[in-house]
Amino acid sequence: MRKPASAIAVHGILILYTALALFPIILVIMNSFKARKAIFGAPLALPTPSTFSLIGYDKVFGDSSIVSYYLNSITATGGTIFFTLLFGAMAAWALTEYKFRWNTLLTLFLAVGIMVPIRLGSVAIIQLIVELNLINTLTALILVYTAQNLPLSIFILSEFIAQIPKDLREAGRCDGLSEYSIFFYIVLPLIRPAMATVAVFTMIPVWNDLWFPLLLAPTGGKQTITLGIQQFLGQYITDWNAVLSALSTAIIPVLILYVVFSRQLIRGLTSGAVK
Amino acid sequence: MSEVKIEKLCKSYGPVEVLKDIDLTVEDGSFVVLVGPSGCGKSTLLRSIAGLEPVNSGNMTIGGKQVNDLPPAQREIAMVFQSYALYPHMDVYNNMAFGLKFAKTPKAEIDARVNEAARILQLEPLLKRRPRELSGGQRQRVAIGRAIVRKPQVFLFDEPLSNLDAALRINTRVEIAKLHKMLKATIMYVTHDQVEAMTLADKIVVMNNGRVEQAGRPLELYYKPNNLFVAGFIGSPAMNFLPAQVKKGGTLALSDGQELKATLPSSCKTGDSVTLGFRPEHMTLGGTGNFALTGTVDIIERLGESGFAHVRLPSGQTIIAEVRGDPRTSSGQSAKLTFNAENLHIFNAEGRRLG
Repeated sequence: MRKPASAIAVHGILILYTALALFPIILVIMNSFKARKAIFGAPLALPTPSTFSLIGYDKVFGDSSIVSYYLNSITATGGTIFFTLLFGAMAAWALTEYKFRWNTLLTLFLAVGIMVPIRLGSVAIIQLIVELNLINTLTALILVYTAQNLPLSIFILSEFIAQIPKDLREAGRCDGLSEYSIFFYIVLPLIRPAMATVAVFTMIPVWNDLWFPLLLAPTGGKQTITLGIQQFLGQYITDWNAVLSALSTAIIPVLILYVVFSRQLIRGLTSGAVK
Repeated sequence: MSEVKIEKLCKSYGPVEVLKDIDLTVEDGSFVVLVGPSGCGKSTLLRSIAGLEPVNSGNMTIGGKQVNDLPPAQREIAMVFQSYALYPHMDVYNNMAFGLKFAKTPKAEIDARVNEAARILQLEPLLKRRPRELSGGQRQRVAIGRAIVRKPQVFLFDEPLSNLDAALRINTRVEIAKLHKMLKATIMYVTHDQVEAMTLADKIVVMNNGRVEQAGRPLELYYKPNNLFVAGFIGSPAMNFLPAQVKKGGTLALSDGQELKATLPSSCKTGDSVTLGFRPEHMTLGGTGNFALTGTVDIIERLGESGFAHVRLPSGQTIIAEVRGDPRTSSGQSAKLTFNAENLHIFNAEGRRLG
């Protein structure tokens, strides 16, 4: 057993860190429920009956375009997660299970993708998307995000797939499963914890990204929420009520997704034993 | 009919030949055990028959149907893996039913078959459990159950008992023997444990270096091993070997000068170098016999009802003799070992059996 003093110290440090990390979020949520004057007058004060106001939320939900921005963000993030996991797992399975001519080279090529930031290719990506006539569509975003996230997810999933005993796949073959069935019914269920990890890693940067929405879908009603909020930030006047309310609500979908995946993560860890 | 016939089977990994010209017939309903040291190719042979490893040349038929290019599922085989290879995310019922579901077997039929297998293997109370909630022996039975429900022509067992503890291994061995009797199934079974081989097999196939050294009934291999390798591999402790030379008048001269008189097979010529083989259990300490060897007792391993005396001959070689009961002899004393002529095996310089 650890000594109480050191336990207190560890908890103290962790609590301090948690407070530090949560402070900005709490500040945003707190102030989103206050009237404009109160936000500036006493930004650190909790909303009181006299300063309480839902004007920000009224504005956000009164504006129908904001709701569609939410849907855009959810679609882009959901689509990206889906395709990253599907193609990532399939590629990882192929690269670990099958021996073919350019196997090692292909693995290395994909590993390079982890190291090169995709933003360096922004100009080329814009040209490509324009050529494909996909500008101002969510398809463009999903394609780019999937490409951006595939290398790392393939890398992580390969490691996990390599740990599945060979006997299991061969038992599947003896049971008459096709290679696709082995992948979907044996491999995928067994790498669920890894997929949850990849999903969380993929989801957060995509949800928060401002760069590609700005470049690839800046208008035409296909803005994501991070981009959509910018309309409340003016050069001269910023509608803080609306910005804070929009930010607060933007936390919710990603929080729900996180809860879903992290439950998978924990369940996966406890049931991961293969033999 | 579910006879397995293998003709001229060859397989290599790059330049390394792992199976060389294997010829083997497994009769319908028989229990064939493949034994051999690690790396001798016995598992590879089994996996080739299962269709999990491609072969380079040769011919394989199962039940009269050529299976060389068929995928595992169409060979009508069922494999039991050393690691059991149960699907960890499915309960026992689904582990057994999984293959049938993919074969589009009607649900009632699946139910019937799984319940039948569960009854045979006493798995009924465990059908809803996951593999991780089962003990090693139970997992083993599920793995066998998964094979049974497929009603295959041939069962392939790849060292199925290696992961069990000693007591459970003996139990399961008996269970497998009973199962074979009951199902009248054709079974091929890989093991490195010769007790398993001797007790289970109708036919033992001894492999070494990718070749079949000898195939035959267990006692045939024990009493008439074809060559030095089989002689040394079958039996525990291993057969004793001594080099000798054939002298005029049909006597055998050992390297330390002792001479043994024996009726030699006609193929022995004067001056030939031969190897003599005799089993520890055929020697007696003190007793009477046609042949006698004297040496010093190094150590006696006492197992209770019997023991093994390690005796050093004047030439420096050690031979092992089984001793019954609790002999008075102890380390350092000289001992006289005797055995009968009919238990002597003679091998020529190439290691082939003579006579």
